[in-house]
Amino acid sequence: MKYIDEYRDGDSAEKLVNEIRQAVKRDWTIMEICGGQTHTIVKSGIDELLPSRLTLVHGPGCPVCVTPLELIDKAVEIAMRPDVLFTSFGDMLRVPGSEKDLLTVKAAGGNIRIVYSPLDALKLAQQHPDQNIVFFAVGFETTAPANALAVWQAKQLGVKNFSILCSHVLVPPAMEAILSSPMNRVQGFLAAGHVCTVMGFEEYIPLASKYHVPMTVTGFEPVDILQGILMTVRQLQDGQATVQNQYARVVRREGNRSAQELIKKVFMVTDRSWRGIGTIPMSGYRLRDEFGAFDAEKLFDVTAIQTQESPLCIAGQVMQGFKKPHDCQAFGIQCTPEHPLGAPMVSSEGACAAYYHFGKIRH
Amino acid sequence: MDEQRMNLSAGFACPLPLSEHKNILLAHGGGGNLSHQLIKNLFASQFQNAFLDPLHDGAIFSAGGTRFAFSTDSYVIHPLFFPGGDIGTLAVNGTVNDLSMCGARPLYLSSAFIIEEGLPMEDLWRVVRSMDAAAKASGVLLVTGDTKVVDRGKGDKLFINTSGIGIIPEGVDISPRHARAGDTIIVSGTIADHGIAIMSVREGLEFETTIESDCAPLNSLVEAMVAASRDIHVLRDPTRGGVASALNEIAESSSLGISIREENVPVAEEVMGACEILGFDPLYVANEGKILAFVAPGAAENILAAMRAHPLGKNAAVIGEVVSDHPGTVIMKTRIGGSRVVDMLSGEQLPRIC
Repeated sequence: MKYIDEYRDGDSAEKLVNEIRQAVKRDWTIMEICGGQTHTIVKSGIDELLPSRLTLVHGPGCPVCVTPLELIDKAVEIAMRPDVLFTSFGDMLRVPGSEKDLLTVKAAGGNIRIVYSPLDALKLAQQHPDQNIVFFAVGFETTAPANALAVWQAKQLGVKNFSILCSHVLVPPAMEAILSSPMNRVQGFLAAGHVCTVMGFEEYIPLASKYHVPMTVTGFEPVDILQGILMTVRQLQDGQATVQNQYARVVRREGNRSAQELIKKVFMVTDRSWRGIGTIPMSGYRLRDEFGAFDAEKLFDVTAIQTQESPLCIAGQVMQGFKKPHDCQAFGIQCTPEHPLGAPMVSSEGACAAYYHFGKIRH
Repeated sequence: MDEQRMNLSAGFACPLPLSEHKNILLAHGGGGNLSHQLIKNLFASQFQNAFLDPLHDGAIFSAGGTRFAFSTDSYVIHPLFFPGGDIGTLAVNGTVNDLSMCGARPLYLSSAFIIEEGLPMEDLWRVVRSMDAAAKASGVLLVTGDTKVVDRGKGDKLFINTSGIGIIPEGVDISPRHARAGDTIIVSGTIADHGIAIMSVREGLEFETTIESDCAPLNSLVEAMVAASRDIHVLRDPTRGGVASALNEIAESSSLGISIREENVPVAEEVMGACEILGFDPLYVANEGKILAFVAPGAAENILAAMRAHPLGKNAAVIGEVVSDHPGTVIMKTRIGGSRVVDMLSGEQLPRIC
């Protein structure tokens, strides 16, 4: 398959691995931001091919993982209502709330449907005027344009029975939270290619220079990631701290302007709570007041729900790169994909699930 | 907990860990870990006997000096009609294939219909005709059956159960427990076609080409393989849960390790594309016309040639081998030279966010 095969090619990968081995002259720790990248690294075994002096830590870029527990509980509460058809991306359904997940609600008779786009949820709202269609709008900057578009269109079309339960989060504030922590060990970043496709990478430049960390906007195939690592290592070895673009076949410096404009029309930046990490100032989007009629949290009066995380789960520390999944006492014992204590054990992009499925603990 | 379980098994014999799930979830039928646990802990432990215990695709028993294979399967699929087949072809071929995986020559099938009130007669007629065509194509007879109609809303249009019986030829001895270290593992063609065909119709996904289900009767392919060599140790049709689940089951029941190479696993380009879009791993997607064969290494070449000479095996490929290392675990050498465990899936594969 074009644009895929050449980025999974064994010979190119081997060449890059050798170059990385030659380039690494001292201990370095690099964080890949995006859960999709974590998944590729573990799935294709990149971590085993790298020199031992290079450590990869896994970042917070898994939308399923960072969505706060109380929002899952709110989703569960809304989805149990008989007048609601609750729609969501597939992998949110298995994320544990404080008592149950959405799949359990579905098994108990809740009307829950997997959709591939918020626009499909909007279509459902038009087809079922007697039901309230709620879409679980989570994710980073990547999914924000489509969610903004669905709300925008709902307003234009006068659709009254469509709303979103919104918990959008933003990458740069999370990076800054990690870099400014006294526990930080990250020396370089692979920035998330998909997020930068939408937002560009200009906002990363001041971060790179303020904290003196090199960043490479990186794609998602094994060869992309190896190239991203090599570019970051070379900067580290040379003492540089700029933002470079490995994923130039997709990402432009300024990003996708029309997507950004739409986001600005519908959403505004707000403080957000990140599951396992806590509140990060100005780190997410919420609906602007003029779109309040589409805010499920207000419509269904669930704003008061508050919950506590499992004390055993160290997801927050894993997602900030302080610890690895198998440093957790509960990993593979109390916490498995069948009985997850925290979201990173659930999502296909979660670091703990990737470690568990691809057997890193058993090696 | 242990004490509680022992008391229960003395009295009511309920060994299922009661705290795990209070209700049946969809994933209990998904072919992954939860299905596996349900079968092992609830059904197999309660019904246990020498015929059931190997947990093969069918039971094998002898009568009058002849060995028979006996198997059953129920078919629930939405939509009833899909590119490359329908619930009728699936119901006949599925049981024909389960018998074939025991090395048997399928002979007679039963067929039970659970029909929802309101199903268009035209649809039922279409299904019946395709069952008839599928039976003729694989040389089996539908010799007994049953019909039940349930209230509207109490079933999803049409459920079909088929059971089948077949004769195992002399000298053929196939069982998941017969895997040996050193066995060559062959897959009969491209994987994941069926699951992706169903997904694309069900979810209204449009690709440039129509992906067709691989639904097919595998008995003639198995006959050709058996004619080429009797050194076939294990046969399995990787349906629900896909190739990964089937390999894990065999690794577990034989207490051996399995090692496969990613670059050798055949996946059609359009299927790979669909998997990329949906975030699915083709190793976990269902097949309805493919065989995984574990054969003695010396016989692999002959068997592979026989498979490739058959229309249903023309893309057959060696994907790996059985090893004595890492018993019970499937490990895949990745395309870029790394390696990873191919685990049993914990539930249904769910489409990802981005």
